[in-house]
Amino acid sequence: MTNKDSKGMSRRNFLKSSGLVAGGLVGGSLFGGLLTSQLQKGEKDNTKQVTAEPSFEARTFFSRNEDFDILSAAVERIFPEDSRGSGAIGLGVPYFIDRQLSGDWGRNANDYMHGPFPTIKKTDSYQEENRSNNDVINTSTEVLVPANTPRYQTKMNRGVFFLEGLRAMEQTSKDKFGDRFVKLETEQQDEVLKMFENGEVQFNGVDSADFFSLLRQTTIEGVYADPVYGGNRNMEAWRMKEFPGPRMGFMNDIETEEFLVMEPESLRNYQGHN
Amino acid sequence: MATKLDKVDVVVVGSGWAGGVVSAELSKAGYKIVMLERGKDQKRSDFIGVKDELRYTNRHEMIEKLTNDTITSRVSISDAALPVRLHKEMNVGTALGGGSMHWAGSVYRWRSYDFEIRSKTVERYGESKIPEGMQIRDWGITYDELEPYYAKWELTAGISGEPDPLGDHRSIDYPNPPMLASPAIKLFKESAKNIGLNPYQMASGNMSQTYTNPDGETMNQCMFCAFCTMYGCDFSSKSDPLATVLPTAQKTGNCEIRTDSLVRRVIHENGKATGVMYTDTKTGQEFIQPADVVVLAAFTFSNNRLLMLSEIGEIYNPETRKGTIGRNFTGQFNSTFLGARGFFEDKKFNYYMGAGGLGGALSDYDADIFDHTDLDFIHGGGIELRQYGDAAIKNNFVPKGTPSWGPEFKEKSLHYAYRSLIVWYSAAVMPWWHNYMDLDPTYKDEFGDPLLRITNKITDQDRNIAAFGIEKCAEIMEAMGADIIDKDELPDQFDHTYEGMHYIGGVAMGEDPETSAVNNYLQMWEMENLFVVGGSALPHFSSHHPTPTIGALAYRAAEGIEKFLKEGGMLAEPKKVGY
Ligand SMILES: Cc1cc2nc3c(=O)[nH]c(=O)nc-3n(C[C@H](O)[C@H](O)[C@H](O)COP(=O)(O)OP(=O)(O)OC[C@H]3O[C@@H](n4cnc5c(N)ncnc54)[C@H](O)[C@@H]3O)c2cc1C
Ligand code: SF4
Repeated sequence: MTNKDSKGMSRRNFLKSSGLVAGGLVGGSLFGGLLTSQLQKGEKDNTKQVTAEPSFEARTFFSRNEDFDILSAAVERIFPEDSRGSGAIGLGVPYFIDRQLSGDWGRNANDYMHGPFPTIKKTDSYQEENRSNNDVINTSTEVLVPANTPRYQTKMNRGVFFLEGLRAMEQTSKDKFGDRFVKLETEQQDEVLKMFENGEVQFNGVDSADFFSLLRQTTIEGVYADPVYGGNRNMEAWRMKEFPGPRMGFMNDIETEEFLVMEPESLRNYQGHN
Repeated sequence: MATKLDKVDVVVVGSGWAGGVVSAELSKAGYKIVMLERGKDQKRSDFIGVKDELRYTNRHEMIEKLTNDTITSRVSISDAALPVRLHKEMNVGTALGGGSMHWAGSVYRWRSYDFEIRSKTVERYGESKIPEGMQIRDWGITYDELEPYYAKWELTAGISGEPDPLGDHRSIDYPNPPMLASPAIKLFKESAKNIGLNPYQMASGNMSQTYTNPDGETMNQCMFCAFCTMYGCDFSSKSDPLATVLPTAQKTGNCEIRTDSLVRRVIHENGKATGVMYTDTKTGQEFIQPADVVVLAAFTFSNNRLLMLSEIGEIYNPETRKGTIGRNFTGQFNSTFLGARGFFEDKKFNYYMGAGGLGGALSDYDADIFDHTDLDFIHGGGIELRQYGDAAIKNNFVPKGTPSWGPEFKEKSLHYAYRSLIVWYSAAVMPWWHNYMDLDPTYKDEFGDPLLRITNKITDQDRNIAAFGIEKCAEIMEAMGADIIDKDELPDQFDHTYEGMHYIGGVAMGEDPETSAVNNYLQMWEMENLFVVGGSALPHFSSHHPTPTIGALAYRAAEGIEKFLKEGGMLAEPKKVGY
């Protein structure tokens, strides 16, 4: 394994090997802005570290401290700090999630959220699955029950779903261990999370497993998304994973046998906002 | 009241490969075209600096938003269907260039077996090989008849590739040499060869060199940047409509493109289409665009729904098995693209590099290349190893049995990042009497029009073909020397996730107007000046990606439309074949 700092493709090599200069396309509208800013930046700036913007660290969605604290404790159990590096808290994931929930995604703005919203419980699943394998002709569709599927069919948007889910975790902690989630031992917190993962808790007509999978996926997104979204602080998760971030391309390295480690670059580098 | 606009020769609905090819050909021939696209305008330079995994792969920036319009989905005709609610659960294109902008670019022709699947199956194995209710048929066109159109599309799109050693006859070489092979692809190919298989470098719509197509459009060499599938290419190295057919159409001066124009009805009178009605999505104003010929190229779902809402043709009824619109729905869903993932302790692959169409492939278990006498399915699948290039959110593969979160997950997901490869089987999907599309009785769009309803069940044929393919993939993975091999599991049933735009049918082509909606020029049997172009025309899902076949048929349709504009009339003789 070699450690080639910021090998990838330099801007100059990129131009040379892409044949763009020969094709006369550089002057065109296509490459205008980006290449110019990248070229002006020069080679030196490529690896410049993006430091965390302290202004990321405020909440725009969660209004109760308690909710945010449960979220923070939970995401840290999902992606904990260890000898390899920071966990979800150190990477800024709770703030990432807060910002995601306050935007289009958290409000399900791009999803079909019109009713009716039937309740589908996991407990019906065997019966429903069997029925789904039989085509009964001559029944009026209007009176039929929907078959169980793991699909998102709740009226709650993700923001509400998160709040309700975190509060259900708090309630479960109190019921099972007699204390608030953030006060539990990590093993006990893991136990609550496992109960959620296994769908052992129901709230507002949804299954805790659906909430857990959303929480888990959003945590992973916060760990590894571009730092512009508030997580993956200082690209530390990319460094842990040896992911180089957005690059113009790897034409010179695609056939290389050895694994190439590069100092990561972020969208901020890539778009030339330095 | 809708404003009536001036009449044109042809109105084309949709700006993807299907609509783009038709518009380019007809505007080159001198016809006046209006192209209507529901999505926003976009240009290639909009894709500069979009290498953002969260925004494009996870939040589906380029995919149609479902806020006001989706489909409903169910397994069985005795279930109530539920809406597909989440943006991420359904990939359909929108914006100028459509889904053809954010495709990956893996390129396959379908097989000679596909086009005559019924006769060839009966000929080799007898009638009894086809189970009752499996609605396969010959398409009314053979591979040899379609071959020149495949060649034409490949030249326009600038496909890079080498011939499949087990492939059908080709009249041309690929216009560009194959893409470079990465170490992972070399390992796949060498190992497959060692066990007697016939691997080759997958053909791609990513350019292996700078290329100018016959219409004079230039595309650049691919950079292997890996932000490819689900993204627009910021180097103009991925073949797409904005790089090819749309500028070709526009520079003739005969094609006017109107974006933000949502077509809601085909207007017709006395069995002839007179135009389309559409809404400007920015102002809410309604317009009628009259035309001599109407072309629907709005992808499978809209093509079907527009016909149903416009009351053209008879909607398929599974009880009587009569009606043609919505019939022969198939898709590559969760029983396809299953295979085996291998984990390698002492190898690391540069898998953050890649391109949408970069891969190795083999056809030894495809179509009817292998003997099915003792097998409980027909058709087959391709086997692929793809190097799309995995960004950091996606690349979290861990061996089975590892928890999906917590300390062990963190450790193993970091350890195995770049140490795992997957080989999969792109199984074909056959049409059945109980899988179809119609209109939903409950759920509506923003105008109060019913949503399209999909009824789709995974059958024994699907499970058997997938189980067969998974074993073959595991054999290859073993030959590749993986330390841990995890085989994919067969799904219980359809999961209502519509990824990758591999869903087709409903306005399927054929020879018999009793069972098919369009003829082999994609002209409606019921309405001779209405052509329905795209995946909707394909009567079954072959073992590979659909786009080249969509492109080839679009060239064929364009030829038919031109003939129709000159001479009028039905372009093919209907036959009575009964399936
Ligand atoms: C992530 C992804 C990867 C893919 N990879 C591959 C691949 O590697 N190989 C392959 O062969 N295929 C691939 N595909 C499939 C490929 O994208 C499609 O087969 C192809 O785009 C179909 O072209 P089309 O012109 O029929 O549809 P589209 O390109 O989607 O064009 C249809 C257009 O019609 C518009 N439209 C729809 N309804 C209306 C209406 N009512 N009014 C006005 N306009 C309307 C849409 O907005 C759209 O722009 C992939 C798809 C996806 C999503
Ligand atoms: S991998 Fe190649 S074709 Fe794909 S987006 Fe990058 S440069 Fe374009």
